[in-house]
Amino acid sequence: MKKEPVSDKLFKALIYAFCIVVLILTGFPLLFLLFNSFKSLPEYMMNIWQPPKKLFFGNYKQVFAPTFLRYFINSLIVSVSGVSLVILVSSLMAFVFAKFNFRVTKGIFFLVIAGMMIPIHTTLIPIYSMSINVGVYDTLFGLIGPYVSFNIPVSVFIMTQFFKEMPKELDEAAMIDGGSLFLIYRKIVMPLSGPAVSTVGVYSFLTMWNEFVYALVMIDTRSKKTLSLGIRDFYGFQTINIPAVLTAILVGSLPVLTFYFLAQDRVINGLTQGALKG
Amino acid sequence: MVPTKRRATNHKEILFVVAALVPGLLFYGVYNLYGIVMTFQYSTLDWTGISQNTGFVGLSNYLKLFKDPMMGVAVKNNLILMITSIGIQLPFALLLALALNSAIKGTKFFRTIFFLPMLFSTVATGIMWQLFFDPMFGILAYVMQQVGLGNYVIGFLADVRTAMPSVLFVICWQFIPFYMIILKAGLTNISTELYEAATIDGANRWQAFWKITLPLMGPTLRTSAVMSMVGSLKYFDLVYIMTGGGPSGATELMATYMYKKGFVEFGMGYASAIAGLMFIICFIFACVFLYVTRVREAH
Repeated sequence: MKKEPVSDKLFKALIYAFCIVVLILTGFPLLFLLFNSFKSLPEYMMNIWQPPKKLFFGNYKQVFAPTFLRYFINSLIVSVSGVSLVILVSSLMAFVFAKFNFRVTKGIFFLVIAGMMIPIHTTLIPIYSMSINVGVYDTLFGLIGPYVSFNIPVSVFIMTQFFKEMPKELDEAAMIDGGSLFLIYRKIVMPLSGPAVSTVGVYSFLTMWNEFVYALVMIDTRSKKTLSLGIRDFYGFQTINIPAVLTAILVGSLPVLTFYFLAQDRVINGLTQGALKG
Repeated sequence: MVPTKRRATNHKEILFVVAALVPGLLFYGVYNLYGIVMTFQYSTLDWTGISQNTGFVGLSNYLKLFKDPMMGVAVKNNLILMITSIGIQLPFALLLALALNSAIKGTKFFRTIFFLPMLFSTVATGIMWQLFFDPMFGILAYVMQQVGLGNYVIGFLADVRTAMPSVLFVICWQFIPFYMIILKAGLTNISTELYEAATIDGANRWQAFWKITLPLMGPTLRTSAVMSMVGSLKYFDLVYIMTGGGPSGATELMATYMYKKGFVEFGMGYASAIAGLMFIICFIFACVFLYVTRVREAH
């Protein structure tokens, strides 16, 4: 076997060095959260940057108190129902757009896709005042509406593309057997759409779980706040007790992190695909 | 009887089409379409958002906007953010993508960790970096003290000179991993045979990068550039959390200024004008992008 030339070795060493610097920059915050979540406040003040000398669980006790759990549950309610609605509503629309080529459906398709160009902040004020008028201001229900609608354009786009690439023979066969359109959608198209559903699901879950501006404007009562707002409040009340805040951040990020470490490719794919189209 | 039967199925089909489209269109129509129309309507009002009193003022909110020095600062900061996004995020992301695409060991592990910043919520990221930039307890201050630069430690987010660079750094930290993945996907599509052929012809790495990699990455880089452009025009969260647009407007963006005018100072009409302008700017950028890609595809 040919020996590697020195210049190649040097080049590789350079890449490794670069990667290790970036590794520290990107990996260190997670370690920082993990280490400090096990420190008491006095220990944190003495020793910020090293692993804990003694494991302390007080922060976790504080975070798993009713108030914080409430935030967690609220985020879960909003995200899970929001994602389910996005998938249901967008897949139905996409099914129509992929299957029919009427002038009307085509027009509606472009109208919906154009929504990807509307920055969400530009409709903040009307949605806020509309929610007050309709009486859904300061309710979790009021948050789900905008969360769903802002994910519709991207989701419809991704799913329509996916449905169009499905072999036509499948549903033609079902048509001959006398299946209704809804049956084809439910029994043939949806069961085969795992990849598209997972892309849409991951992307919209992450945007909803981490969303901030709309929650900030639309929610007022403490017991209705989502995780993002809750953590920020917690930081406001606890500026002194930093380890508790860091624990709250870590616990709030756990669902996403766990899912990421279990199904990395899916998460990366979902996030980049969703944003790429959006 | 055949035609009637056909009509019956058609009828059913149309019913299905309507039923399948209506729920989605309801959401989309109420929040997105009605929302944007109302933004423009509000932008012609003198309205606090609280009282029922609204007065039609035509385009005077927009005229005020063009004379508002703070709006100028905000637009300038959005442009700085845009230039940083394209000038720093993309090259750095390309370097990372190239590193992950190279023959070194452990690329899978590196990728796993490199992507982490994308997974934290903006609130989490903002609070963490606020702590890291803290002049008393932050890691930046700590490192500077260790290397003998302790005298230069300041409240990085509270100083007019350092607030914007600090925030820009965090935005880069948050988004570089994202572009890294997109560019890495582009690199994977370049056939290795091209590089092998180039090596046989005596090209070195540097030449291969400029003659093969960069030209073939053109479309991916262009898409990424547009995404970061539009993204930087509507940016809000991190800046709001870390500095709230301060100190004295040093990090003010269009979106943070809109929030301030609308929800802090209760000038909903004026804030709507800012939102309307943001929409128009983003819309123009998106149209230019569509036009450019269409023209390219046509060739």
